[in-house]
Parts: sequence; C-alpha cells; structure tokens
Amino acid sequence: MDVAALTLLALALPFVAALVAPLLTRLLGHNAAWILALFPAAIVLHFMRFWPEVSRGETVTGGYEWIPSFNVSFSWLIDGLSLTFALLIAGIGTLIVLYSGGYLKGHPQQGRFFSFILMFMGSMLGLVVSDSFLMLFVFWELTSITSFLLIGFDHSREAARRAALQALVVTGGGGLFLLAGLLIIWNVTGVTQLSLLTSFGPEMRESPFYLAALLLVLGGAFTKSAQFPFHFWLPNAMEAPTPVSAYLHSATMVKAGVYLLMRLNPVLGGTPEWQILLPLFGGATLVIGAVLACRQTDLKLMLAYTTMASLGLLVMLTGLGFPHAIEAAALYLVAHSLFKGALFMVAGIIDHETGARDVTKLGGLRSAMPLTFVIALASALSMGGLPPFFGFLAKEEIYYALSGFDRRAMVFAALAIVGNALMFAVAFAVGLKPFIGPTVKTPKCAHEAPLLLWLGPALLAVKGLSAALLSNLTHELVSAPMATAIAGERRQVTISVVPHIGMPLVLSLATVVLGVVFYLNLARLRAFIATILADIGWGPDRGFDQFMRGLVRFSVALTRRLQSGRLDVYMTATFVLVAAVLLGAPLYYGELPRAPFFAGNVPLHELAIMAIAVIGLFAVVRAADRLTAIVSLGIQGFAVAVIFLLYGAPDLAFTQFMIETLSVVVLALVMTRLRLSPSDHRPLIQKVPDVAIALACGLGFGLMLLKVTGVPFDASLTDFFNLYSKTVAHGANVVNVIIVDFRGTDTLGEIAVVMVTGLAILSLVRLRAGSLRRIADNDPDAEDRA
Amino acid sequence: MRSVIFRAVAPFLTSLMVLFSIFVLLRGHNEPGGGFIGGLIAVSALAIYGIACGVETVRRAIYFHPMAIAGAGLFAATIAGLISVAARVPFMTGLWVYPSLFGVEVPLSTVMLFDCGVYLVVVGAISSIALSLEERGGE
Repeated sequence: MDVAALTLLALALPFVAALVAPLLTRLLGHNAAWILALFPAAIVLHFMRFWPEVSRGETVTGGYEWIPSFNVSFSWLIDGLSLTFALLIAGIGTLIVLYSGGYLKGHPQQGRFFSFILMFMGSMLGLVVSDSFLMLFVFWELTSITSFLLIGFDHSREAARRAALQALVVTGGGGLFLLAGLLIIWNVTGVTQLSLLTSFGPEMRESPFYLAALLLVLGGAFTKSAQFPFHFWLPNAMEAPTPVSAYLHSATMVKAGVYLLMRLNPVLGGTPEWQILLPLFGGATLVIGAVLACRQTDLKLMLAYTTMASLGLLVMLTGLGFPHAIEAAALYLVAHSLFKGALFMVAGIIDHETGARDVTKLGGLRSAMPLTFVIALASALSMGGLPPFFGFLAKEEIYYALSGFDRRAMVFAALAIVGNALMFAVAFAVGLKPFIGPTVKTPKCAHEAPLLLWLGPALLAVKGLSAALLSNLTHELVSAPMATAIAGERRQVTISVVPHIGMPLVLSLATVVLGVVFYLNLARLRAFIATILADIGWGPDRGFDQFMRGLVRFSVALTRRLQSGRLDVYMTATFVLVAAVLLGAPLYYGELPRAPFFAGNVPLHELAIMAIAVIGLFAVVRAADRLTAIVSLGIQGFAVAVIFLLYGAPDLAFTQFMIETLSVVVLALVMTRLRLSPSDHRPLIQKVPDVAIALACGLGFGLMLLKVTGVPFDASLTDFFNLYSKTVAHGANVVNVIIVDFRGTDTLGEIAVVMVTGLAILSLVRLRAGSLRRIADNDPDAEDRA
Repeated sequence: MRSVIFRAVAPFLTSLMVLFSIFVLLRGHNEPGGGFIGGLIAVSALAIYGIACGVETVRRAIYFHPMAIAGAGLFAATIAGLISVAARVPFMTGLWVYPSLFGVEVPLSTVMLFDCGVYLVVVGAISSIALSLEERGGE
C-alpha cells in the first residue's frame, strides 16, 4: 500500500478500535487494554516513518478529494508541528489506554470508556494533521463532543453532567467562532488548505478583515485552550475519570488551541494586534492559573490549574515575537505533555490506591509506594525545570528568549518567573509532599500500583529524562522541525542539559529560590489566596451559570411571545400575511390586472354550475350551525370540480371530488372530536376584522389569478409532454406520467410529506390536555410562580 | 348514521369502492386516474365503512396499522426509484418489462410500483387520521 492509503488507515484506526472496544472488553475484561493499545502503537510506528523527511524541513501532504466543486478535500499536512502532535497523541494515547485498563478495572462500563477515549484519540489526531479547513473544523468539534462524553462519563452525578455541558458549551461555542474565522480567511485568500495558506501571509495581514479573522480565531483557540476568562471549564472537567484528565485536559485536547495559534502564526502572526493580544491573555492566564493552583488542596485540581497556567505560558510565548520564543514554546509544549501526563497519572494512582486525593490528608507514602514515588519525583523535577530533565531545557530556552533588556521583555520575564515559581511549588506539593513526612492514615490501605497503572507514567518520566540527555537527537527530530513549522522559516535549537552561565541561568535560579520559598509556605499562601478570592466572590464559573439561566429565561420569554398557543392567533397572523403579500405586491409594483374580459356566449349549464358555487358560499355564510356550514362548503367544492370537468381537466376534477368528500368528512369528525359548540359565538367586534381579512384574501387570490391568466400562455412545456409522454414514458395520461415519471422525485418528496403530516396529526389527536403541562418544565420561573 | 340499511349496504359499497380504486390506480397511466386519486377513493370507502360499522371493524378489516401501510408505500416508492440505480441508470428512471402471462403481454414497470407506493401512502396516512378522529369522536 502507498503512504497515502496507509495514512488514511492510520487516521481511521482509532475509530475502528473504538468500534471493537466494547466487545473486546466483554471478552477479556480489563486486559483488553493490552490489545487496544496496539492500535495507537501502530499509529505511532506509522507516523515515525515521516521523521526523515520532516527533520530535513520538508512537509508531506496527501489526501483525497471530497467535494471538488467546493474545493473541499480530505487532506493532511505533516510537518514538524503536526508530526510532533500526532506522535504525542498516539504515544501518550497508547499509555493512557493501558492506564485506563488498570484504573477502571472491573468498572461495568469499561468497554464504553475505551470506546470514547479511542474516538477522542481519532478526533484529535485528525485535528492536528488536517490540511483542509473543513476537515480541521469537523475534527475540532469532534474533540469537543468526545470530550463531553468523557467528562460526563460518570453521568449519574450532577457535577459531572454540569461540567460536561459546560465544556461542550464553551469549547463547542468557540468552535463556531473558529468556523467563522476560517471562512473569512478562505474568502480573503481563496484557499482552503493550510499548506497553501503560508504564502498568503502578507495578503492576510493587510486585509481589512484581518482583525475580524484574528478575533474569531482567537475566540476558538482561547476557549479550547482554557485561556482566562474562558478557563473555568477546565478545572470543572476534572470530574472526568483521571485517565481523561491526564490525556485530554493536560496532554492533548487543551493544546488544540495552542496548536491552532502555532499553525496560523506564519499567516496571522507578527502584527501588533497579535503581539499584544496573545501575550496579554497568555500572561494573565499564566499568573491567574498558577495562583489558583496554589489555593487548591485536591491533587487533580492543583494540576488542572497549573495546566491552565502552562497553556497561558505557551500562548504568551507564541505571541511574543522575540527571537527564540517560538523554540521555547515548542520545547515547553513537549516537556509539558510528558511531565503533566505523568503527574496526572500519579495523582490517579494515589487516589486509586489510597482513596484520598487531598494533599493535606496524605503523607509518608514513600515506603508503601516506592515506584510511584520515583516516577512522581522525576516528573516534578521536570515540571520544576531542574536538570537533567527535559523541563529544564524548556525553561532555559524560555528565559533565553525573555532575557532582553527592553521594558516589554522585562515585564514578561517577571510574569514568567512568578508563574514558574508558583508552578514549581505546586509540582513538589504533588510530586513530593504526599510521599514524605509521617505516614497519614488513608481510607484505603496504601500499596504499590499494579503494572498497568505505573507503566504509563514510568515511560513518560523516562522519556522526559532521555529526551533531555539525548538533546541533540531530540532537537533534530522534534524541536527544530516543530519550531520551523511554527515560525514558517528554518529554525535551529541547540540548548542542552549542561547549564550555561548567563542571564537565563540567573533567572532560572531566581525561579527555583522563589519556588522553594513558596513551597515551604504553601499553607500560608493558600490561606491568603482563599481570603482574597472570598473577598472577590464572583468568578467566571458563577458567571457561566448566570449566563445560561439568562439565556433560558430569554428564550422562554421569546417563545411565550411568539407562540401564544392559540389557534385563532396563528390563523389570523397567517391570513393577514397572505392578504398583505397578495395585495401589497401588485399595488407596490403597480401591476394590477386589467379588467377581465367575458366572452358573451357562456353556455347555460356552465352559468348554472357557477351559480351553484356562489349559492354554496352564501349557504356557508348564512349557516345557522357549523355542521351546515361544513356541508355547504362541500357544495361549493363540488361545483368547482364540475367546472374543472367541463374545461377538460378530468384528473383534477376527479381529485377535487374526492378531496371535497374527505374534507367534509374529516371536518365533521374534527368538530365532534373538539366538542365545539354547534354555532358560532364570536362577538361582532371579532367578526368584523375576520370578515375583512377573509375578503382581502379572496380579493388577493382573485387578482392574482386574473393576472396570471392575463399572461400569454407558453405552450412549450405542453408540447414537450404531449410529444414525449407516449414515446418515452409509455403513458397516454400526461398528468399521471408527469406525476410518477417525469417529476417522480418531486412526488417522492410529496408523499414523504403526506406521511409525516399524517404522523404529526395522529400524535396531535392522541395528545391529551394533561401532557401539555410538561412543556413548562424547562421554564426557570415556573418554580417561583408555583 | 347507524341505520340498518346503511349498515347492511356499507360492506358491499366499501368493497366495490376499493375495487374501483384499484381499477383507477392501474388504469392511471393511460386514462384519468392514478395512485393519488385511487388512494383517495379507497380512503372514502374506509371512511364510509367506519361511519357505518365502527372504527374497530375497519381496523380489523385492514389488518395492518394504517401508518404501517403508509410506511410500506413510501418504502415501495423509494425502492421503485432505487431499482433504476441498481440498473445503472439515473435515480427514478422508468424501467419497463413485458412478460407474457397466459399468452397476454402484461406491461410492468417501476413507474407502476411507484404509483402503487403513492396509493398506499395516501390510503395509510389519511385513513389513519380519519380513523383516529372517528374513534375519539365516538367517546
């Protein structure tokens, strides 16, 4: 098979695995993880084949046509950026599948969980390798949907349901911004593929729509990557089982926004707007996330807020525009995925094996869980940015980029030092503190985790060490190609694990010293932050609830206004509109028909039939009760049918006869069903406008018919059907041939409508008055009134 | 409405009308008629039967739920269109065969199947409305 077909297969593989996962889990129990992990492992192997090309700085594109007429394709773009992401997603995904095998062992819905997480993997993989905009958007929204399923996995808990919905509303809503942004980019540049977009950078940046496109794209990226003030969904998403938190909400999905910014950096980046907005929001997110992390005592929540801070750091670096900032972002992104994924899994292990997750209620676990302790410490060292781990390289590069002497660099360097120092403190609070000190009694008796649980974090920790020790190879395969792809020009990364004397090292030392101070005073710091937050009181999380309540209130009020639920109001509105259109249009355009011309010699029997129709109408108006009126309407209808017959339309007449008969029957039945009073009790004040509307409608239809018949008849269709009906469609009855043959697809649609209408009426007839009350259930004000 | 004469005549009248409706359906391609008109005639036949002998009798007589009949009709009409796709001509192209039954050449076509589908949808959908209304009205 060629590379394109294999790549398509690799992209489809997670979904295939998701399909077989429930069955496999039913057969093998939690050991199904070993087999399911082979799928992402195969994807890793497949993507590794692109390393030679990509490390030479080339990009690999491929794909298939999807809708050629709209220039939409299913195509992928593999360069340093997407390849690194793809390998992280599939690589960490492999470990996460194994970890979930151990973590959810014996859970009744483990198969479903595997299925969801593999579906997510497929969506995320598709997102990062997408070349065409539409494909990017589809996978972007798919990650939001699969994330919704995973956060709400424990759907019997209210908090999980709320968190899932919140994540979906925020990230899915952001996706709509992204769609609009991509459409603007498409309109300005005329291309629909990211790989072609790079050469349109100048056009895009000078376009008057640049700011709109930028703001919309940022709306998508900031919601997905939990930037302040859209960050609140990320900590709430910790309601999900820990494998999900480790995978989606630290290593992969939340980085999708950062990925998008990095991907569009050559096109949208470099402008003053870009260099103001990104560092501003990124820097704010960094500090706020780090401060909020210190306040938490729950291991997962502490990590969640530091993830938010790290995402802020990445956004800040992407937008700064300093030399080496892009390289620093690339290094930090990889380092973060490795240590944060591992730390989350460690937090999961502690929770799983001790039954506690509160950092103040844990201690002295080192003797019970020595292996977990080593893993946790290694990851915490990497997160703290200490040698010889990969996090150290990333942090040195960050400070290298920020060690300028202008005011802007100094401000952001200060932000980075504070943020990093706080994260340093949190890293050791998670990775060191639960394991040292006196042993604290925990709900479950602590013991070492099984193989399935420790394997994943252990491999990530080893990777974090080896990537730093073999820094030349790492840079050649990962960092340099990735930085090249983000910058849109050739970049080199040279940093190694050996410390260099200079400004970056000084900043790094300052961070460590400050971090140690924070770590030792964490309890005091926590109390201080809690006081401040209590003083502020309101947060975006509460704001979200208020927003949603407001939205529901608004839609209820709007619905009440538009949908009164009274049939006469709907009918009046409909007919007033009909009359307005029928009479208004000809008056506005001055196209009133000429006075009709009557041929003098109308045969007597035709006059008689017309008279019957008119008499029928008078009978309707004069009828004493409703039943008489309905039957009299039938008289008029039959008279019209006879007129059709006389003028040579037997099919039409035939149908009219049947329709009239049935409508009289059905109307009579409806009347008995609804138990209306036999006669009409409308007061005069209502009758007058009703009569006026009826007359206006009748007049309008009459005028329209006169106008239509006044136009010279174009017989070309008649000739066509007369000519071909017999020869092509083998039928002499042209009307029927049109219905079932020439315009058969129309008829198919029409009978489908008949069927659906029948179903709708049937359910309306069966509806009991009591069930109407249930509609009010969505109304937030209902309780207040009750 | 439940006069003895009406109740005695109704079954015969209904059978005749249903028979006539099928006749109208089948001749539709060359003479006035077709699935839509035929279906309407059949519905009126069922309505008469219902008024004379009660809804339960009609429901027993047609055996299937009216909506199932409508669904079958829609299905048949779609199949009629898809047969053309299977024969590698565009969707809904009319296909004809002329098998010889007892020495008489009988023209059969996908168009006819389609018309039968229309007939069934009309019969099913409208009679289901009429019957459910009658049922409730009698309470």
